[in-house]
Amino acid sequence: MSFDTLKFSTVLFGLAQALKLSAWQHPSFRERLKERNLVAQVKARDEEIGRWYQISNGRISSRKGLHAKPDVTLSFKTAGDGARLLTPPINWLEQINAQKDFILTVDGEEDLTNWFAQTIMQSQTAGWKFGTPMPGGVMRYCNMTNGGPVFVDVKDDKIIRMMPIDFDDKDPPPWTIKAKGHSFTPPRRTTIAPHGQNTKSIIYAPNRLLKPMKRVDFDPNGARNPQNRGKSGYVEISWDEALSIVSSEIKRMKRDFGPGSIAVSHGSHHTWGNIGYYLSALFRFSNAVGMTRVHHNPDSWEGWYWGAVHHWGHTLRVGQSETYGTVEDCMQNAEMIVFWSADPETTSGSYGAQEGTIRRQWLKDGKLGIKVVHVDPFFNSSAQFLPGKWFAPKPTTSVAMAMAIAQVWIEEGLYDKEYVKTHTVGFDKWADYLTGKEDGVPKTPEWQEKETGVPAKDVRALAREWGRKKVYLAPGGWGNGHGGACRNQTGIQWARVMVCLIAMQGLGKPGINMGNLQWGCPLDFNFYFPGYSDGGMSGDLENTGMPVELYQRMPQLATMNSTFQRIPRIWMPEALADGKAEGWPWVGKSIEHQFAKFAYPAPGHSPVKMLYKYGGSIIGTMNNTNRHVRMYQSEKLEFIVNQSIWHEGESMFADIILPACTNFERVDISEWAGFGGYGHHGQQQLNHRVIIFQAPAIKPLGESKTDYWIFNEISKRLGLANYFSEGMNEIDWVKRHFDASDLPKKISWKEFMKRGYYVVPAEKEKLRTPLSFKWFVENRKKDVPEPHPLPSDYTEEFLKGLQTQSGKLEFECNSLKRFADPERPPIVKYEPSWEGQHSGAMFEKFPLQMLTPHAKYSFHTQGDGKDSFIMNIEDHRAKVGDYYYWIMRMNPEDAAERGIKKHDIVKVFNDRGAVLCAALPTHRLGRGVCHGYESCAVYDPMGEPGKSVDRGGCLNLLTPEKTQTKTTHSLAGANALVQIEKWDGKIEHMSETFARMEPQKKAVEPVAVLEPAK
Amino acid sequence: MSKWNVIIDVAECTNCNLCTLATMDEHVGNEWPGYSAPMQKHGHRWINILQKERGTTPYFDAAYVPTMCNHCDDAPCIKVAKDGAIRKREDGIVLIDPVKAKGQKQLVEACPYGHIWWNEELQTPQHWNFDAHLIDSGWGKTRASQVCPTGAFVTLKISDEEMAHKAKAENLEVIKPELNAKPRVYYRNLWRYSTAFVAGTLSHDVGGRIECLEGAKLRLVKDGKTVAEQASDNYGDFKFDRLPENSGSYVLEIEAAGKTKKTVDAHVTESVNLGDIRV
Repeated sequence: MSFDTLKFSTVLFGLAQALKLSAWQHPSFRERLKERNLVAQVKARDEEIGRWYQISNGRISSRKGLHAKPDVTLSFKTAGDGARLLTPPINWLEQINAQKDFILTVDGEEDLTNWFAQTIMQSQTAGWKFGTPMPGGVMRYCNMTNGGPVFVDVKDDKIIRMMPIDFDDKDPPPWTIKAKGHSFTPPRRTTIAPHGQNTKSIIYAPNRLLKPMKRVDFDPNGARNPQNRGKSGYVEISWDEALSIVSSEIKRMKRDFGPGSIAVSHGSHHTWGNIGYYLSALFRFSNAVGMTRVHHNPDSWEGWYWGAVHHWGHTLRVGQSETYGTVEDCMQNAEMIVFWSADPETTSGSYGAQEGTIRRQWLKDGKLGIKVVHVDPFFNSSAQFLPGKWFAPKPTTSVAMAMAIAQVWIEEGLYDKEYVKTHTVGFDKWADYLTGKEDGVPKTPEWQEKETGVPAKDVRALAREWGRKKVYLAPGGWGNGHGGACRNQTGIQWARVMVCLIAMQGLGKPGINMGNLQWGCPLDFNFYFPGYSDGGMSGDLENTGMPVELYQRMPQLATMNSTFQRIPRIWMPEALADGKAEGWPWVGKSIEHQFAKFAYPAPGHSPVKMLYKYGGSIIGTMNNTNRHVRMYQSEKLEFIVNQSIWHEGESMFADIILPACTNFERVDISEWAGFGGYGHHGQQQLNHRVIIFQAPAIKPLGESKTDYWIFNEISKRLGLANYFSEGMNEIDWVKRHFDASDLPKKISWKEFMKRGYYVVPAEKEKLRTPLSFKWFVENRKKDVPEPHPLPSDYTEEFLKGLQTQSGKLEFECNSLKRFADPERPPIVKYEPSWEGQHSGAMFEKFPLQMLTPHAKYSFHTQGDGKDSFIMNIEDHRAKVGDYYYWIMRMNPEDAAERGIKKHDIVKVFNDRGAVLCAALPTHRLGRGVCHGYESCAVYDPMGEPGKSVDRGGCLNLLTPEKTQTKTTHSLAGANALVQIEKWDGKIEHMSETFARMEPQKKAVEPVAVLEPAK
Repeated sequence: MSKWNVIIDVAECTNCNLCTLATMDEHVGNEWPGYSAPMQKHGHRWINILQKERGTTPYFDAAYVPTMCNHCDDAPCIKVAKDGAIRKREDGIVLIDPVKAKGQKQLVEACPYGHIWWNEELQTPQHWNFDAHLIDSGWGKTRASQVCPTGAFVTLKISDEEMAHKAKAENLEVIKPELNAKPRVYYRNLWRYSTAFVAGTLSHDVGGRIECLEGAKLRLVKDGKTVAEQASDNYGDFKFDRLPENSGSYVLEIEAAGKTKKTVDAHVTESVNLGDIRV
């Protein structure tokens, strides 16, 4: 016997003992062993030796040698390979390579092979202990909401409380910034957003999906009745039946129609956790199956991606600039911050809890001597919190106001002429436009007043103050873009002109930069922990940030979608119901990637016949969403499965519903505000980097399951489970993720599972990241820690200059000279909105401009509805009678003219649809403007969907789907023309989408309308 | 003897409602025997945030005032409680006994602040009880003060003498002091909610172009007496704040280039936006 065969035999013997030991020690593992009876052979093909393991009625026995008829066979090419690969600690790269090189192969029925592999893995982890015992039989775990980390106190499998984390003596001290003779230090704790503090109530929501369901009039072997989607109710079915239907439909699609026939659609956010995230488990699953992707538009970045990138690059953050060191620089050097369509107190940045609030509070006592100015049609929460001059331009028009500021700067010499000469190109062209030399119209404050309604004298005064001070410009909630005006019809122009303004003032000089203290904290950015968009376990090197670093650190089987067909998300209804759509891609690699048009259907692909829908947010979050009702009822979609946690939004249109559980009912791992990818170093928003072991606090409610389990079960039926799972359980992936990060250098796995969180020490003062754009000002190599632009995207020398063709800030954009788009000329010009005061007959009929910005209390659909605690907040929903209505804010005079008083039920409508809201007259808005948050979770048509008023508050039924320009895939619907009147009690309202269909509608037998399942 | 108090800073409240939500998180679905029955999921606002919007676009502001059980030292509710259903603890906390108080609906009416809530399902009156179960287990703060991001909601345990001194030194107020119920919840910057302002903007003609008038002297006069003075800022803006609501007529005198240029009448019931005043 050679050394290798001896070692292999010993390892196999050891495995048997390990399984038996685990069964003896851990009841959960004993239960696991009762699930299957099988004989599993592990062998070496070369030496023809091995050992088999019999599991029978929960008992394990094992014999040396080769079994005559094993159910499962795990073969290594040689005994040496087997010994090497099975000896702990497992080297994942070697494991993966052995599979790729066919050194390690698996044979047997997929269900059994996968079960055996996962059982072996479970024998290693069954004894792992999570959490910290507290007095009174309470266990304390940690977890992560979309609004911040939490302690989760649990007793008797019930969540008692969730609260933000107060740090203890073991945690490191925070940073201090010294500015203007004072020291500023954030408190030693985490904060939380309202939707995060709300989480307990949504876990125990009455509309949790707790059993798989089938639409009552859907028969996969007979009448499918797609026209009844959204009308019929549901019956509960078993998991086995549900999984069988879904997997056999997947096979039927591929068999009967071929590649492309299955589409997958998910929301933009998910419940938190790097392994269970949609960019992780779902992407691995959908790549493994082969699905038509619904290609997202950059929904909160629109103007920056399609507009600002052409002036300054920064495709890494989809057009938003680098922000390192800006908190310190702003506090030390700035004299004023201009919040322009920026409401960080409402949006918490993204996932940023109330961290920025604490820093902005430092502006309030005058120590820093920083004035603030707010530009927003709505008196937003940030204007309330940080008193300052409020400018209220009409929606979509502040582009003109910005141009007038630039015109005053030129007229009065109030810009940095030297900087413009040395660090920018094309200024003269833009100056000609501003001064009127180009078109005879000087863009003066008086010119803008006609558009914006803001007095010329005020704009002139702002321009003068700005031109004489060191000013931080803060567009959008992040202070460098994101949200706000970039999502309306003139959003591209707005983002472009914002860049031009800061370019005129010397971007990167002390006290002159982008930001509102939301991003740019002095943390340690050399410590590696992957963000959610780095792809987790997806294996997806094309659609996640995985290739940058995670793939090397966490080797895994790569996944690749064999279907290249894509659907532009904005045109999903047109693609699926009409069969045609065109889009432009959102790709962060370079400026030019956005010019590569794609079309649906793709050449040689099947049109989509089956939709795998993940969550139900789109009807509340996309635009003119009665289009989606039509799509769902289309005969062209033969099968729709919806995998959701709650029965809300679009789940009512599915044929089969698969109930998923929340991240509090499963294991995961993540970092607070660690999004990675397009939100590179999103932790800059935080006062402390906090990484969380997301322990399962409770068992999944009802029969709900983890997304991972659901995908793995379907995969079993497709023979894909070992590929999908790599034979591992979720906890194993979590451990692999831990090992892939820098955490093991700082905290043991055991301690991390117990304590539940790790605070990355703040960076030493002398090692803090350099200030963003300082390198640019000083003509040095780029020295901020971000892996972009790509090396090939520099013009002169690597790391010198911006991503633009000139390497400078471009007032006249070279990329837009190369790609002719009449709606995006090389210099930014003001073109009024196509849905606003210049819209003629439409404006007469629908005279109110409705703003639909991101919500304050919910996070898009998350936290809303679900009978949650947030429903009790009067500024979120108001209870009138027995129903919680969405809030519609309007100017008191506009309300009085219509006889509308506080909390009257009003019908907000246009041709696209009608929505009932509770009215809230307020002087936060000027005349002609109204305001309701986008993205409610509830869609509640009072009659037939598409033909009746919605009382759920789904304002995106009313917003325009038209893109900002023809050659962009850019949402423009954060603003819409509507009319508001007191509700007359009628529930009918024919949407334009359905009205268009009626004339051609075929005569069909009337079908009984069934009560939707609640 | 140190006792518990709350200090709310109206100027730092952002209406985030985290205090309300954290209190619901602690009490909805949870019974704390000896302290409280589970809170109703809807209809109760143990911490209720009042709001005040002042002025009109664009001379406008808004303030938020979290209100709750005041844990009064001379609590009207205790006087009408039967069977000792409400007691005043030595540490200042007023506690409604969830068992003894059952059925005593009269307690709801007894609170002049409207902060005793009737739980329909359990037929018992309830209030924000300072999370006494947590205080007694050594928490040192309430869920509301733990979660408040800005420090607008602070709980502190000091002697009554220290608290009285602090209230005086820092201009802290209580709500409805005239009731003499001696609340233990104090407010800083309550004027943001309870008073009115007179605001507006000055402009003038400079060579045919209308410009903001900076540095003009403004004097607010009532009954011949100067109430306050200020200069217009670079936007020509002025704002005289902390005027009593319903305080009637004022005269605004505007002086530029050393001469009184204009007087404007302002009548204050609520806050007044005088708009653009051409000087």
